[in-house]
Amino acid sequence: MRHGLRYIPRMRMPDAFETWFAARGWTVHPHQRAMLARADAPALLLIAPTGGGKTLAGFLPSLAEIATDPAPGLHTLYISPLKALTADIRRNLRTPIEEMALPIRVEDRTGDTTQTQRRRQRADPPHILLTTPESLALMLSYEDAPRIFAGLRRVIVDEIHALAESKRGDQLMLGLARLSTLCPGLRRVGLSATVEDPPALARFLARHPDPCEILTADPGPAPDIAMLDTGAAPPWAGGGGRHAIPAVLNQIARHRTTLIFHNTRAQAELFFRDLWLANGSGLPIAIHHGSLSREARERVEAAMAAGALRAVVCTGSLDLGIDWGDVDLVIQVGAPKNVKRLVQRIGRANHRYNAPSKALLVPANRFEVVECVAALGAVREADLDGEPRGPGPGDVLCQHILATAAAGPFEADALFSEITTAGPYAGLTRARFDACLDFAATGGYALRAYDRWQRLKQAPDGRWHLRDPRTARQIRMNLGTIVEEEKLKVRMRPARGGMALGEIEEAFAATLTPGDTFLIGGQVVRYEGLREMVVEVSRTPGREPKIAVFAGTKFATSTRLSERILEMFRQPDWPDLPAHTAEWLALQRTVSRLPERDRLLVETFPHEGREHLCIYGFAGRNAQQTLGLLVTQRMESAGLAPLGFVSTDYATLIWGLDAVTAPAELLDATGLRAAFETWLAGNAVMKRTFRSSAVIAGLIERNTPGRRKTGRQASFSSDILYETLMKYDPGHLMLEITREEAMKGLVDFGRIEAMLARVRGRIDHVRRPRVTPLAAPLFLEAGRIPVQGAAEQRLIDAAADRLMAEAGLV
Amino acid sequence: MTAHPFTLAGARLAALPSGALHWADAGLLVVSDLHLGKSERLARRGGTLLPPYDTAETLSRLEADIAATDPRAVICLGDSFDDNAAARDLPPGAEERLLRLMAGRRWVWIAGNHDPGPASLPGTHLAELREGPLTFRHIARPGETGEISGHYHPKARLSLGGRRVSRPCFLVDTARVILPAFGAYTGGLAMDAPVLDALMAQGAVAILTGVRAVALPMRPAHARLPRPRPGSAG
Repeated sequence: MRHGLRYIPRMRMPDAFETWFAARGWTVHPHQRAMLARADAPALLLIAPTGGGKTLAGFLPSLAEIATDPAPGLHTLYISPLKALTADIRRNLRTPIEEMALPIRVEDRTGDTTQTQRRRQRADPPHILLTTPESLALMLSYEDAPRIFAGLRRVIVDEIHALAESKRGDQLMLGLARLSTLCPGLRRVGLSATVEDPPALARFLARHPDPCEILTADPGPAPDIAMLDTGAAPPWAGGGGRHAIPAVLNQIARHRTTLIFHNTRAQAELFFRDLWLANGSGLPIAIHHGSLSREARERVEAAMAAGALRAVVCTGSLDLGIDWGDVDLVIQVGAPKNVKRLVQRIGRANHRYNAPSKALLVPANRFEVVECVAALGAVREADLDGEPRGPGPGDVLCQHILATAAAGPFEADALFSEITTAGPYAGLTRARFDACLDFAATGGYALRAYDRWQRLKQAPDGRWHLRDPRTARQIRMNLGTIVEEEKLKVRMRPARGGMALGEIEEAFAATLTPGDTFLIGGQVVRYEGLREMVVEVSRTPGREPKIAVFAGTKFATSTRLSERILEMFRQPDWPDLPAHTAEWLALQRTVSRLPERDRLLVETFPHEGREHLCIYGFAGRNAQQTLGLLVTQRMESAGLAPLGFVSTDYATLIWGLDAVTAPAELLDATGLRAAFETWLAGNAVMKRTFRSSAVIAGLIERNTPGRRKTGRQASFSSDILYETLMKYDPGHLMLEITREEAMKGLVDFGRIEAMLARVRGRIDHVRRPRVTPLAAPLFLEAGRIPVQGAAEQRLIDAAADRLMAEAGLV
Repeated sequence: MTAHPFTLAGARLAALPSGALHWADAGLLVVSDLHLGKSERLARRGGTLLPPYDTAETLSRLEADIAATDPRAVICLGDSFDDNAAARDLPPGAEERLLRLMAGRRWVWIAGNHDPGPASLPGTHLAELREGPLTFRHIARPGETGEISGHYHPKARLSLGGRRVSRPCFLVDTARVILPAFGAYTGGLAMDAPVLDALMAQGAVAILTGVRAVALPMRPAHARLPRPRPGSAG
């Protein structure tokens, strides 16, 4: 059900509020009045651009209700994906509350809240509590949750479009289902940026099967968006957009505050370093991303809020967050990947209603020029993309069952009905619920040897409870759905407890040898060694960093945007593209050929002693990755000794010891589909997905820093568990969940199917003596996936002989 | 055979790709850190419910090595059980499988830090064992020679052309051998950890387990030459 804004208000703005708005010279937006009018609705979804007073619209009904009836106890729960946002909202709410002298207490509760304050909040809850999905899950896992939340009337979920894209949203909706049981009549409000499918988001939010009205605010004027004219051509390959530094500096100088978005942390680091070196006039510029220490990030946020910065180089870590009114330019460096996210990022500029947001796109290489031009067209036509949301994941459900048990005994029937009121779990079958309950209780193994050590037991009254109440603590420590790569802290030497610079992935740290240099927080540092799980580094001024890789989030280019790119390739020439890029495409057309929508281009060529195979499927990074897994598996069976592969959104590059002469056989649809059915065992992506799901479901405990320091033998690779289950219990729930999760996120076989159906065997194999223009960028891609086959043993044998000889040990 | 042969104190030994050590001349097979009953112990303590197949998996590997080498004696170098209770309370079928393996041969259980007390199982229970020129104990002692031990679960991490490989490994020098953990659910200690670095002499070799047992220098040449380690003579 979609509503305009034409109906009679049921709840009017209290006079004090009208006076207050008028005194500040503000007009009440129509959607703010509409929210008040619909205050009694069981669920409401407000879609409004940033800067449109969206958050205040969410809070107005609460303020009005509490002002009228200031009874003690919790009235409204506000949930945001960011801790920083809760603190900011608390400050923003203070103004109207103080100026109108409203008897309303507002507090926040996040991972940073002190124990003392938490205890006090549990004894005497405020009227409005601001929190995060993780903190809510934690509060609900305590026995006193029914008392704390008694009387709760409203829940406001901010940035719900962002939460709905991850498992945090599924966890939150399970939490809201619990809250609705504890507080009958609880009303839900979701606040969202522009999305492609509002009814789907409404179903996600509402208590199933409650209706959810959708209010859409005036989207405001169209954004002012263009490609940045850098004068020089972007490089043939690579990322980072460093060629654009002079033009970017010039833009920074001409605007008040600029946000410069990058797709990966490594690229943000490299760009920031070079921007700083070129910053002759000393403009205050900072860097912000998820690998920096919290102190470093908070310093940047505070400086930004104080208006002390002219630019911040950032990643998705600033996609959400505090509205900085002074941001008047957003620069996106690198391919935008997804039109919807691009539109939301652009919205970060000029958080003033009815002022157009200004944004510039900086393609980092020539392929990205093509993608940027395609994206500009899509933004102009409001051609938003998005993949439909699947049903709620099983691993989150397992965690929720354990968390429920931590809060107290429960009845299986009642819990099942409650869970099916959560939008993502509305279609949950009883069989799947029972399997998850069995997993939580006994581990769910085919071998029932350890039933006496089960985690949950059924009491004679039929209710489930923890066998050992002390387990509750461990369950609480494992709550949350964000599973990060194992990370190590980076600290400056020599001072003991030297300055914390940030964190790097353990896998990356393991590749470092003393003397290697890398970039972090904008400075080049030298790796000195590992001490007590801390990476110790020293300063090395002016040296060129040898290595600069640490993974960031990777998004797949959307289907819609990929189609737009392939459509562009069909043109005989490209007047929309800068000359350098048009020439590059023309060169590819001469040397090899350009990919086409209904054909599949496959190139083979030797390079640096390895044979290469490049498949231009344009199916998005995840599907291309799966294609890499399937094709390398078939190559392994064919004795072609593949070593590894790397995938981007448009192609997969495979390298190995032997040349592929008949790629069409490897890419035959029937063969691929058959391979897909058997591929699950033993590949790296499945193991990575398994680890993440096993942590969420509570099969593997989170590795806390304290545990890692002491427990060297306590922790072993999750790969071992995966392999054991594959061998002894292939039907186990965790493997089923792993498969489902991989299909959703990392596998994306659907897009391979669609591509093969489009191509219908029309495969063009081009053999070249060297790297082709279109394949060149792939050599600089991070995220190479090894193939664990015969080639690995061949490499170890060769290296062993060489290393033994070098060490004089033969 | 894909084992890696070497000599310690005059004894001709072979590192098997499984992580077991074979002394053919003495008819002896040595395994370390089986950690039988680990998933059971974690479940009993109220920890996570890991797949309860580790004991079966470890015994399968042991059965394969015993079938291949047909030893007159088997020495388990300690931490054979994840704790004493795990030894008393093995999963169904495990004890029978162990007894079948023990039948007709000498079997020595060396005490480890996880299983200090004598288990109820047959076999000889010892703190350590001397056999010809070799001494078998759980934890290596600095200064000893001809010593075979376990405990540390050494693991090699290599970077081969940008690829990371991590494998349990033997550490071997002229004085001692440290065995990798044989048990299924066992983590590892990187072989460049200070404690292992201090125990092993210059020129020590790491023998990686896997499809074949492959020997590598424990310390890569480039890391050793420019930076003489403190305490090393010259």
